[in-house]
Amino acid sequence: MFDGLRDLLIGLLGKGDLADVLAVVVYCALPLVVILLYALFAILAEMKLSAWLQDRLGPMRVGPWGILQPIADILKLLQKEDITPTQADKKLYNLSPFLVFIGSYLGFAVLPFSAMYAGARLNVGIFYLVAVSGLVVVGILMAGWSSNNKYSLFGAMRSVAQIVSYEIPAGLAILSVVMIAGTMDLQTISKLQEGGVQNWFIFGGPKNLAGFGGATAWALAPVMMIAFLIYFIASLAETNRVPFDIPEAESELVAGYHTEYSAMKFALFFLAEYANMLVVSAVASILFLGGWNSPFGEFLGGPVMGLVWFLGKAIFFVMVQIWIRWTLPRLRVDQLMHICWKVMIPFGMATVLLVGTIVTWFAH
Amino acid sequence: MLGEFSHVFAFFLLAIVFVGGGLFTNMLIRPTKANVLKHSVYECGEDPIGSGWIKFNIRFYVVALIFILFDVEIVFLFPWAVVYKQMGWLAYNEMMVFMAILIIGFAYAWVKGDLDWVRPKPYIASFDDLVNRRHSQPSPIPAPQSVAPVPVEEMA
Repeated sequence: MFDGLRDLLIGLLGKGDLADVLAVVVYCALPLVVILLYALFAILAEMKLSAWLQDRLGPMRVGPWGILQPIADILKLLQKEDITPTQADKKLYNLSPFLVFIGSYLGFAVLPFSAMYAGARLNVGIFYLVAVSGLVVVGILMAGWSSNNKYSLFGAMRSVAQIVSYEIPAGLAILSVVMIAGTMDLQTISKLQEGGVQNWFIFGGPKNLAGFGGATAWALAPVMMIAFLIYFIASLAETNRVPFDIPEAESELVAGYHTEYSAMKFALFFLAEYANMLVVSAVASILFLGGWNSPFGEFLGGPVMGLVWFLGKAIFFVMVQIWIRWTLPRLRVDQLMHICWKVMIPFGMATVLLVGTIVTWFAH
Repeated sequence: MLGEFSHVFAFFLLAIVFVGGGLFTNMLIRPTKANVLKHSVYECGEDPIGSGWIKFNIRFYVVALIFILFDVEIVFLFPWAVVYKQMGWLAYNEMMVFMAILIIGFAYAWVKGDLDWVRPKPYIASFDDLVNRRHSQPSPIPAPQSVAPVPVEEMA
């Protein structure tokens, strides 16, 4: 798809550096369009689903059934007065929205949206994604510290402790997929899972991989289901979603690390949070549920349907996150650390050891 | 032709342009009606007491330290995970030794209680405790400083 775009631009502008650079920029701006459309949809979905779960109607005034509410919200936030506390550390305070959004947008660079589109084909794909999402942590800590507000500081510290803790079980679950696939490139991982639902990594991965046969892959299936569960729970914690939302516990910390932020800076934190939800959901669907592959093999396959399947799976997980938000109560901080360090990390290590043992046993 | 990492750089620049553009648009159309109260730090609607940069729980440092150990472990495991299938039992055994050392360290931190979050132990007073307060050493309830405690036995 990139070559097609490049040829089109060369046709329009003539051969030269301008066409090359423009091709890269246009190609890399496509996920931004996806994020903005998705954010409009997800904000509305969050409002409407929460309303329905509580037997309310939700927003009804703006447009038919309130479907234009997110657009109205964005226009409102764009016009709001920007308030920076006089005691805040101005440089860090203004820099943190950049870091938080850059961290989540860089994550989109390696996501294969379909067989034809992946922003950058890096051979260290998933490793890079885990690394750049660390920028979000720095941004959150910066926001909380620079606000010079006690609530912000507590919220930021809790948030950072939680995100870094849950990065370990998430990393171990990702590792068990990499161990079967033998590659970190997300596009290759997606391609390996072609040919129907039985080849997805949640069911032990492809049944015709070189080195070992179908029986090994089926033996891996129960382990991979546990790995998927670990990744899903850890991804809830990494995006500060309920039941892991103590960094933003409204009843004790006002709004956590973005208490002092207003107007467009607040909107950017909000957008980055929703973008992060999409990234973790997309990674869950790529690593465990076949990414852009159709569950029926060739039927309903192809690059265009691939985009539909990919976004469908990712948005399904976003909806599950919203559903969980309005169903479960919040965990206490000691329960949160207990689950991470004493339950999920031992289970994560066990999945890595089991996958390694089974694969090495059958392959040699 | 530009390499794949040029795309990553384009993503980086686009994110900066998007955030910068949003903030610039906001700057052009927003009202600015500053006043002292509006620009003070929020603390329950009252004047904030002291600086916001206060002491926080030492546990956060411990969590960060243990996190670094395990993150380094995962960083080492990723390249191994890509190639271990071709290298057979040798690579497997070597990584098992590496994991075993880490698991011993993990067990040590666990037994020492570094993975526990300190939480307040709620003290529920029973009648006997209150009666024997004078005799139990040390007392879980601090005795009032200004008023001398009335011995229960003399109250009769």
